[in-house]
Amino acid sequence: MFNSSLYQLGGALRAKKISSVELTQLYLERITALNPELNAYITLNPEISLAQAREADARIASGNAAALTGIPVAQKDIFCAKGWRTTCGSKMLHNFISPYDAHVIAQFNQAGAVNLGKTNMDEFAMGSSNETSYFGPVKNPWDKARVPGGSSGGTAAAVAARLCAAATGTDTGGSIRQPAALCGISGLKPTYGVCSRYGMIAFASSLDQAGPMGRSAEDLALMMNVMAGFDERDSTSLQRDKEDYARNLSKPLHGLRIGLPKEFFAEGLGSDVALAIEAAIAEYKKLGATIVDISLPNSKLSVPVYYVLAPAEASSNLSRFDGVRYGYRAPEYTDLADMYEKSRAQGFGAEVKRRIMIGTYVLSHGYYDAYYLQAQKIRRLIAQDFTEAYKQCDVIMGPTSPSTAFKLGEKGDDPVQMYLSDIYTIAVNLAGLPGMSIPCGFGDNNMPVGLQIIGNYFDEARMLNVAHQYQLATDWHSRAPQVL
Amino acid sequence: MTWEIVIGLEVHTQLSTNTKIFSGASTAYGAESNTQADAVSIALPGVLPVLNKGAVERAIKFGLAVGAHIAPRSVFARKNYFYPDLPKGYQISQFDLPVVGPGALTILVEPLSGNAKPYEKVVRITRAHLEEDAGKSVHGDSQGVTGVDLNRAGTPLLEIVSEPDMCSASEAVAYAKALHSLVRWIGICDGNMQEGSFRCDVNVSVRRPGEPLGTRREIKNLNSFKFMQQAIDYEVQWQIDTIENGGKIHQATVLFNPDTGETRAMRSKEDAHDYRYFPDPDLLPLDISEKWKEQIRATLPELPQAKRGRYIGEFALNEYDANILTSSREMADFFDAAVDCLPSQPKLIANWIMGEISALLARDKLEIGNCPVSAVWLAGLLTRVSDNTINVKTAKEILDGAWGRNQLFAKLIQAQASIDAEIESKGLKQVSDSGAIEKIVDEIIAANADKVAEYRSGKDKLFGFFVGLAMKASKGKANPAQLNDILKKKLAG
Repeated sequence: MFNSSLYQLGGALRAKKISSVELTQLYLERITALNPELNAYITLNPEISLAQAREADARIASGNAAALTGIPVAQKDIFCAKGWRTTCGSKMLHNFISPYDAHVIAQFNQAGAVNLGKTNMDEFAMGSSNETSYFGPVKNPWDKARVPGGSSGGTAAAVAARLCAAATGTDTGGSIRQPAALCGISGLKPTYGVCSRYGMIAFASSLDQAGPMGRSAEDLALMMNVMAGFDERDSTSLQRDKEDYARNLSKPLHGLRIGLPKEFFAEGLGSDVALAIEAAIAEYKKLGATIVDISLPNSKLSVPVYYVLAPAEASSNLSRFDGVRYGYRAPEYTDLADMYEKSRAQGFGAEVKRRIMIGTYVLSHGYYDAYYLQAQKIRRLIAQDFTEAYKQCDVIMGPTSPSTAFKLGEKGDDPVQMYLSDIYTIAVNLAGLPGMSIPCGFGDNNMPVGLQIIGNYFDEARMLNVAHQYQLATDWHSRAPQVL
Repeated sequence: MTWEIVIGLEVHTQLSTNTKIFSGASTAYGAESNTQADAVSIALPGVLPVLNKGAVERAIKFGLAVGAHIAPRSVFARKNYFYPDLPKGYQISQFDLPVVGPGALTILVEPLSGNAKPYEKVVRITRAHLEEDAGKSVHGDSQGVTGVDLNRAGTPLLEIVSEPDMCSASEAVAYAKALHSLVRWIGICDGNMQEGSFRCDVNVSVRRPGEPLGTRREIKNLNSFKFMQQAIDYEVQWQIDTIENGGKIHQATVLFNPDTGETRAMRSKEDAHDYRYFPDPDLLPLDISEKWKEQIRATLPELPQAKRGRYIGEFALNEYDANILTSSREMADFFDAAVDCLPSQPKLIANWIMGEISALLARDKLEIGNCPVSAVWLAGLLTRVSDNTINVKTAKEILDGAWGRNQLFAKLIQAQASIDAEIESKGLKQVSDSGAIEKIVDEIIAANADKVAEYRSGKDKLFGFFVGLAMKASKGKANPAQLNDILKKKLAG
């Protein structure tokens, strides 16, 4: 049951082989057993989950079930969900119960999915190891001494450990793809604007994008059918016709042109990761793809550009957490300024404060042109690189992360080393392109390696096809960690 | 030693949309605290702004009305600072790319001093940009607690910035008044200054002629023209005294205290904020197509200046009358509606609006917008004056009577029927039968032989006495012109 695909689960539910309540209870029991060690979930609410499951069962009984009706899905704790504590991994929101649903949550509710719980994450999605969470680090189910990646580390661990059927993540610089790679699961960051950001707590508004994380490309397609779509409450949401993301899954890959950017295979890439990626490319050749060598000359600037723009936006986005209207307020203070200072000093963790400081600095009078404007210009150049590349190829492939999962605490003292773990994913966010990661083998210490697939704008269905065909030919995606 | 005064204004006009600039919450004034604060107004985690098109339309309308450049693409920016009434920790405003570019407004200045004549002046408008209002801190709780009311947070504002083109308090007030009239004229702002719909910040500096601009101080948040006049007068004198006493002016923001009539510095430039403006990534650039702009242009009413010119040129009104009649949209609408019904008599209509109607409005403390008689009704009445059916005295009596009965006819034919019926039933028709008037005059001459003798011996002033008697005898209905002629002839003997 825990290894079933979403198709299979949906079929079993509609055939009444199992009820949603039974399925939800099974997952809740497994969470009770495994979560204390993995710390993948921040908040569980069995009452709400089971109530949703009962509603789903009624809907199934009435014959109105949709594809995900009754299926337990976990939600990253960055999405506001009505009646649920929504913390964004921060002490600042440790007591915040959302009075409203994010668009993505509302879409799942409408589809009849069961909200199984809120998953752990780096504080305000700032981190690549899930170690910045106020609620403690998440352990990688493949090796509990190692990180699951971040910021959607709780989601990645929950999916890998079979603590949910599928789950949501968000990706600002790699926060879906990197943890998916490190935990051996599949994850998709859609084109910017495909999933509404309404109700998703903002980190860097021009880069943030919600997406699905699951055990296969096929599952991701079903999740995308629920999550994607125009929302008038998000001005950056794109007005496009609804599409079926599963429509291309079975197409053969013959003639597919895969671009391999030389910059993604240069210094800094772990040899174990490189070997697994090369093997995956060889597999694609067998499936009929041709390889094109390409270059993304400005991609080397993506980390510095990102660490100007994302903190700039974050420093402003996080200003609303001031202790005035909701969230954490320091217990003692002398006046207004002191209340602000103490509440924010005590409510935010070190990494969040570091990024607020960087962002405030780069937007300051006298530095704005040199940092923010310059970074915006380079951002356009990075996007142009991809536009050029897609004249020669259909998808771009490479590693998702330069290494497999590292040890807890290993990079804690060195933010720059930590930032470099997103070196292959960040350019995709800067360009607004869709990107995904799928498992493609194991590296040193038997830890999973992720293959990154980058598509052109709105090519999600094609990318899912490319991933699915690989997953038909290989079984990396169905390997499970021995967690019990 | 003479001084030159340099004044520029920043005016915040609240746009008359029903909902906020970035959310669907109501903008109605006076609701209970925080009942109009939705998720966006409170800035809950995860909420996003969505631009209200109505606010943009009003900004475009203003830009077109002052002949300004409408930016085909403008950008919303975040102005970052912390304050309890600013829920997001930033205000969404426009910074380097505002929606309205340079334009100009012609104003009519009426100098305070002595018998100086009113004159026209063109004030350049630098820019106008859209932004959201902040909420309000509510102090004064018994425990010394400060509350925050976010009803006003997110109310759409158009901030209109002028060049420093004004060189006296009178000019500044004239500009503010002209702007106030214009935004109401084109229907983008209710102009209610008590409720804060029209708030002025005034930048003032002084210099000796020929010297570069002096350091300015900004008087914040003036919400009456009277206070503006007082505040500028005080500030100018304070700056001149300071410099003449060997002091220096430091850039500062000051507040005007209406009780003392003084301005006092609020904060100096040293602790000025670094607002860290940057383009708001939650909002797309605001694109305004030529088509949209032209659609809005087509909805613009004739503007006051054009109307003033037309009244003078077409209707031969004098400048004073034309100014009064275009002082507000309601006034001009009233006049236009009456002229539409009685196109041959614009001067007569103007006289009545500025005379009788204005006097009655003033007496009852009413505005022309809620005048108890409609323009159409007035036209109906004056139709009967101009065709000599009734005389002016009778017409005034009919107006007085009608005033208390709300004659709000929208159609001339109905108004006319009502007036004609009243004339008929009360027998108010003017007597224009020369035989009847002659008879009255003959009787008066016969009965007042002594006064007639005096008149004939050169006491011309007695003519009015005879007119009064004759009018009385005709029960006020004699055609005054005819009566005059006949009296003159008969008295001459």
